[in-house]
Amino acid sequence: MCLAIPAKVLEVQEDVAKVDFGHGVIQDVNVMLVEARIGEYVIVHAGYAIRVIDKEAAKETLQLWEELLEQE
Amino acid sequence: MFKNLAFRDSNLAKKVSNRIRKLASDLDVKFCHVCGTHEWTITHYGLRSLLPDTVDVIAGPGCPVCVLPAVEIDEAIHLALNDVTIVTFGDLLRVPGSKSSLQEAKATGGDVRVVYSVRDAIKMTEKEKDSDFVFLAIGFETTAPSTAIEILNKPPENFSFLVSHRLIPPAMELLLGIGELHIDGFIAPGHVSTIIGLEPYEIFPKAYNMPTVVAGFEPLDVLFAIFMLLKQRYKNKAKLENEYERLVSWEGNKKAQQLMNQVFHVVNGRWRGIGNISSSALELKEKFACYDARKKYDIKIEDSIDLLPGCLCHLVMIGKIKPPECTLYMNACTPQAPKGACMVSTEGTCRIWAKHKIS
Ligand code: SF4
Repeated sequence: MCLAIPAKVLEVQEDVAKVDFGHGVIQDVNVMLVEARIGEYVIVHAGYAIRVIDKEAAKETLQLWEELLEQE
Repeated sequence: MFKNLAFRDSNLAKKVSNRIRKLASDLDVKFCHVCGTHEWTITHYGLRSLLPDTVDVIAGPGCPVCVLPAVEIDEAIHLALNDVTIVTFGDLLRVPGSKSSLQEAKATGGDVRVVYSVRDAIKMTEKEKDSDFVFLAIGFETTAPSTAIEILNKPPENFSFLVSHRLIPPAMELLLGIGELHIDGFIAPGHVSTIIGLEPYEIFPKAYNMPTVVAGFEPLDVLFAIFMLLKQRYKNKAKLENEYERLVSWEGNKKAQQLMNQVFHVVNGRWRGIGNISSSALELKEKFACYDARKKYDIKIEDSIDLLPGCLCHLVMIGKIKPPECTLYMNACTPQAPKGACMVSTEGTCRIWAKHKIS
């Protein structure tokens, strides 16, 4: 539940951004809580971005999510 | 702060655990985390086996699905069986209420649906204007802002909320009042902290002399947090430290806090098997009462039962016992046929231990 995962911002339209979670998973998420710019990574919890993160950290956390996905 | 390191570098893990061993040789400590995702990391990567016998890590009430008391599931079931569509997160379906679960309510004709986010629930509602929808909004501070956003966005009239959010710092404080737990330090939850920042934890080192480190969810995040806590214990100086700087700032997410303050006030909250914790839950402010399903519908739940006979979830959730100390664990209670909430949720300690075949 409190798991939050990184995604790359592809497009921003007002409070909604199209983001890429990796593996071709692209979704709309709410970005009202953050200042999301295209190309940046945000951390997403249950459809809502809760913070902008830097690319280095995002890559590492992406790996975690990939493994979690493989788990269950 | 460790952002350039490979977060699972085994050499680095060895190095940290060696340092931990050295520091711990003169100490005997028990650290407590309060997050299901931390428990998953610790169990999945076998971090406890890297720690010396003198360092124990216990899991506090950090699984939002597990801590939801049966009465709040009963409320949702009552609505589902009375022509209201209940929408919620998937993890909740099999969680036992007093007599049955939402899944059982669904099997007997109740309309219960699962979504990934509250936004999806509202979209559903917009398409089905003739039905009443209630979103069972659970989760800690990480999740509560999404409820606040959607309330402020004015959902359709046929949509309301069973607000069942809970707050983590008051639960941590409760643990410190349980003397027999003997906690020597807190690993505070990273993503809750992304929202609330560090300040709400200041009370722990200041008023309780309790070392507290906010940590991320990679194995090395957790190992470093343990190392940092040990150092504080070793120097006998309790501090509040932030291991998860890449995602947590001192002030947290101000916007999220502001929206939450606009929409909710803080009230006492019941936690499954644990009882009431003061100032640990959120309730909609009067201004938003029209979205409060508890006010909109006449729900009366007389008695509720948090624990089935034999289930020791309440002790697992405060870290007083480990799952194998429950005689039902992997006998009468398995992930396939769970007896308690801790075995249902993917963030429940019993479930995590069972999935990793820990006996
Ligand atoms: S193993 Fe099952 S019965 Fe025992 S405490 Fe955990 S959830 Fe409850």
